[in-house]
Amino acid sequence: MRLLGRSIPRVEDPPLITGRGRFVADITMAGELHMRIVRSPVAHARITHIDVEAALELPGVVAIWTGRDTAEIPPIDFRQEGLTDLYPYRQPILAEREVRYVGEPLAAVFARDPYAAEDAADLVFVDFDELDVVVDPRADPAPFDEDSDTEAALVNVSYGDVEAAFAAAHRRVTVEVSVGRHTGVPMETRGALAVREHHGRIVMYGAAKVPHYNRQAIALMLGLGIDDVVLREGHVGGGFGVRGELYPEDVLVCLAALRLNAPVKWIEDRKEHLVATNHSRDQVHVIEAAVDADGFITAVRDEFWLDQGAYVRSHAATVPNLTAAMLPGPYVIPAYECRGHIRLTNKTPAGTYRAPGRYEGTFARERLLDAVAAELGEDPIVTRRRNLIAHEDMPFARPIRALGTEMEYDSGDYPSILEKTLAYVDDKGLCAELDERRASEEWVGLGFAFFVEKSGLGPYEGARIDVDDDGGIRVVTGAASMGQGVETAIAQVCGDVLDVSVDGIRVVHGQTDEIDYGLGAFASRVTVMTGTATQMAARALLVKAREAAAHLLEADPADIGMVAGNLEVVGAPERRVSLAEVARSLDPSGAKRTGMVPTLSAEAWFTTEHMTYPYGVHAALVRVDEWTGGVEILRYVVAYDIGKAVNPMLVRGQIVGGAAQGLGGALLEEFVYSDDGQPLATSFMDYLLPTVTEMPPVDVLLLEDAPTPLNPMGVKGAGEGGTTAFGAAVAAAIDDALDAPGAVTRLPVSPERLRKVICNIQRSPREKGER
Amino acid sequence: MKPAKFEYRAPRELEEALSILAEVGDEGKVLAGGQSLVPSMNFRLARPAVLVDINGIGGIDSVTSSSDHLVIGTLARHVRFERPVTDGPLGHLLALAARKVGHRPIRIRGTFGGSLAHADPAAEWCMIATLLDATMVASSVRGQREITASNFFKTVFSTALEPDELLTEARLPLLNPAAKIGFVEFSRRAGDFAIVAASSVLDVEGGRISTARIALGSVGGTPLRSPAAEAVLQGNVPSGELFAEAGEAAAGDVEPMGDIHGSPEYRRDLVRVLTRRSLQASTEH
Ligand SMILES: Cc1cc2nc3c(=O)[nH]c(=O)nc-3n(C[C@H](O)[C@H](O)[C@H](O)COP(=O)(O)OP(=O)(O)OC[C@H]3O[C@@H](n4cnc5c(N)ncnc54)[C@H](O)[C@@H]3O)c2cc1C
Repeated sequence: MRLLGRSIPRVEDPPLITGRGRFVADITMAGELHMRIVRSPVAHARITHIDVEAALELPGVVAIWTGRDTAEIPPIDFRQEGLTDLYPYRQPILAEREVRYVGEPLAAVFARDPYAAEDAADLVFVDFDELDVVVDPRADPAPFDEDSDTEAALVNVSYGDVEAAFAAAHRRVTVEVSVGRHTGVPMETRGALAVREHHGRIVMYGAAKVPHYNRQAIALMLGLGIDDVVLREGHVGGGFGVRGELYPEDVLVCLAALRLNAPVKWIEDRKEHLVATNHSRDQVHVIEAAVDADGFITAVRDEFWLDQGAYVRSHAATVPNLTAAMLPGPYVIPAYECRGHIRLTNKTPAGTYRAPGRYEGTFARERLLDAVAAELGEDPIVTRRRNLIAHEDMPFARPIRALGTEMEYDSGDYPSILEKTLAYVDDKGLCAELDERRASEEWVGLGFAFFVEKSGLGPYEGARIDVDDDGGIRVVTGAASMGQGVETAIAQVCGDVLDVSVDGIRVVHGQTDEIDYGLGAFASRVTVMTGTATQMAARALLVKAREAAAHLLEADPADIGMVAGNLEVVGAPERRVSLAEVARSLDPSGAKRTGMVPTLSAEAWFTTEHMTYPYGVHAALVRVDEWTGGVEILRYVVAYDIGKAVNPMLVRGQIVGGAAQGLGGALLEEFVYSDDGQPLATSFMDYLLPTVTEMPPVDVLLLEDAPTPLNPMGVKGAGEGGTTAFGAAVAAAIDDALDAPGAVTRLPVSPERLRKVICNIQRSPREKGER
Repeated sequence: MKPAKFEYRAPRELEEALSILAEVGDEGKVLAGGQSLVPSMNFRLARPAVLVDINGIGGIDSVTSSSDHLVIGTLARHVRFERPVTDGPLGHLLALAARKVGHRPIRIRGTFGGSLAHADPAAEWCMIATLLDATMVASSVRGQREITASNFFKTVFSTALEPDELLTEARLPLLNPAAKIGFVEFSRRAGDFAIVAASSVLDVEGGRISTARIALGSVGGTPLRSPAAEAVLQGNVPSGELFAEAGEAAAGDVEPMGDIHGSPEYRRDLVRVLTRRSLQASTEH
């Protein structure tokens, strides 16, 4: 039974859809304490005094800590090592002398119930001396502390002779564009429950994304051995990059479980979430193209400013590095220079969010391509065709490093996916709908954007497969699952090799005491890395099973095949044994008889030095209400080549879900701040997530034209491509609807901003009466 | 997002509710559908010491017509109005508005009277009450009084109700069967409070507008009528140009406040177009 490539239903769904999910908030322990964080109400101030007396007197309150109580705990480190330049910008778990953003933890209350904890937090009084507030990342750098200023780092990427290309350019085209501050807002907020077990180790429930790394980091911060800390991932209600990073609250619950000798639980509420969990995006780009007489882009120069917020968190400079490295995208661009300023401001710290750095970079680059097309007076598709990397030039190396790897586009046929998308868009009726609506004088437009993603980041991932005496199969991985279907995909890979259905396979993830190494779930890497390791382990297991079966069946291992969960002699199916029988034959005494190593199990590690690069095209059909500036997305298409889809249904789900988040960033979601650093979008009344009514139907053209040579299945990651080019495609479509190239320069496109643009453009008299 | 401590009372009779309100005064808050009050308690913006839940009181959720009024009991849920509750233009107008109040789950719990008492200047029911100059009936142990819409809404989230008073019903005048009604609003997502909302009722006699009412939501501390736009329309023949002129007049009539979803200028601009659209739509039914 081939399982690879089949859209089988998710094995993880039954508990979730029958209310038997076990999220961290569902776990309760006898004697547990509840933590409540007191957060800064001001954007930047020196703390002069904290009064906890009144709060401590409330019944049920057990302890209250301020920054002084945690002064010996080092700040939260970066996952990448050696970035000493950024050390001054790391966040302490509780602010001691200075607060730098509204929402910064400055005290922690521990109480016997969450109501008492929240009541007590209200009674913690803090005196501040307010300090100057920085909200504009492009303002001149200001002091951060005695030794450093608010330009934390400058990211530099370049290759080729940019100067010469610009000097020789036939035309130069410049645009200034920006993407607002928004982020992943998982359905489940963050949470953690830490408990000290009798033999002394700390177990923290509520882990996600990178449990192994966080275990080590927590151990280091608390002065414990790695084995003294265990992280457990339960059900996770979405991650999107933000969930599962190491935050102050995770460290605080573990520290409290140690010090207070009781289980300590913290469940983030939504109001906290919007100021405490990583923000993302928020980049301004000034980007310029040198174009030769044939309309070929000979060089691109980009300067951008990233509003990093108040601290540099666990991702360090990952987002701006990815922006810089991935910005050239699918185009040849023989010379390139990018300078990215990481600027500290007094806002919530920023980190990665689905398609980190690429949503922004793709917007900048594709806006630039559209501007070049307008300058040349041609269809933007023509400009793209002329500049795409040719199929013959694959694999295509750019002299750039991304996330510590040499950048080489492993496989792809960019011109072909563009043509296929155009045909698909027409086939799905988008062009006809455009014409029809135009004929009835609606302001509609069709826009396209190309993108290249990266996925499958190494350097390693592993899997161990054990078969028990009943034939039950357990795959232990170091992967993490935020709900994206990891268990299904991994079971499918394993079942495919062993010819068993996924029902008999249990996939373990996110348990640090089950496997020594695991890098976790990010960068669209799990199916590529853990999937490949699983396939390797399953193949190794099969070899062992055939050898053991050969002993039982008195045949040659080479003559034994695995069919529907049984091992049988090829051509003589009546001579067969079940997997369970084989497993039992490998118990210690059985194994001794045959001279084999006991247990039916196998382990494999997949390592790689390169990422894989999936790619695709987004197309949007939008309608603009010229009188209100409102935008409605009528239809949407995502074409995506991911080499090989292990489970096309899961991939489509990833793409459509990703598109919804792309839509949020393009039209709705923005963390607006006042000039004095007060966040103005602090609830779902003002932070506008797209709902089912705003989502257009999304047609997905899933392609497998360019399997990667970097792993045996040919798979590339699929988690982010639904998001990446959404802003860029919508911007192009709005320009088209307005017949005004370059109209959209900023995301999210707010109706007010768009209405202003509309009032300012002179247009041919398509003006008419109103319905 | 857990509410501060409160005492919960659930009277079964109106009189009992009124005497509790009289007893607790400022410390008390009425709990109707809870769709505005509970979120603000969770944010600790509201910290009532006593919550007086009126959901168990019978007979205050009816919707009935008299010869000249539609009488709406305070506990009538938003969802009830999604289909016309009365024949003619009034039922139709209420249905247009009801579908714009939040999302389905909110409409199932939220109440007509709760919305009026909450007095959000963007609320559909508050705008409708202003448009039709509805009469609100307030009850207390001291007796009953009637308050017209123009006296009822004071400013954002504030009404003429005294702490010991319960809003028991709202009376909306029935409309002329041939009246032309319009209701439009603009928000960034379906179900959001309007950035601006506009509604209108026109009576047309002999080809000319005999009476015109225009009300606007989310442009000030309370919903507003636009006397200037009404004057433009009065006595004139309905037309696209006239409606555009009324839109201009309405825009000149308001001094909107701004927030992150729309500046004052943008809201004024929306008043212009939405007033026109409301009028236009009303003549197309
Ligand atoms: C996500 C969301 C979206 C929403 N969108 C909209 C929208 O688009 N348009 C809109 O109009 N509303 C909207 N609402 C609010 C909703 O309509 C509420 O139902 C309404 O504002 C209040 O009615 P309630 O019955 O829920 O009142 P409650 O929340 O119970 O009470 C509201 C206030 O009125 C007082 N009160 C209630 N009843 C009485 C009474 N009989 N006498 C005296 N005082 C009383 C309460 O004490 C409280 O102060 C939305 C709510 C949510 C959560």
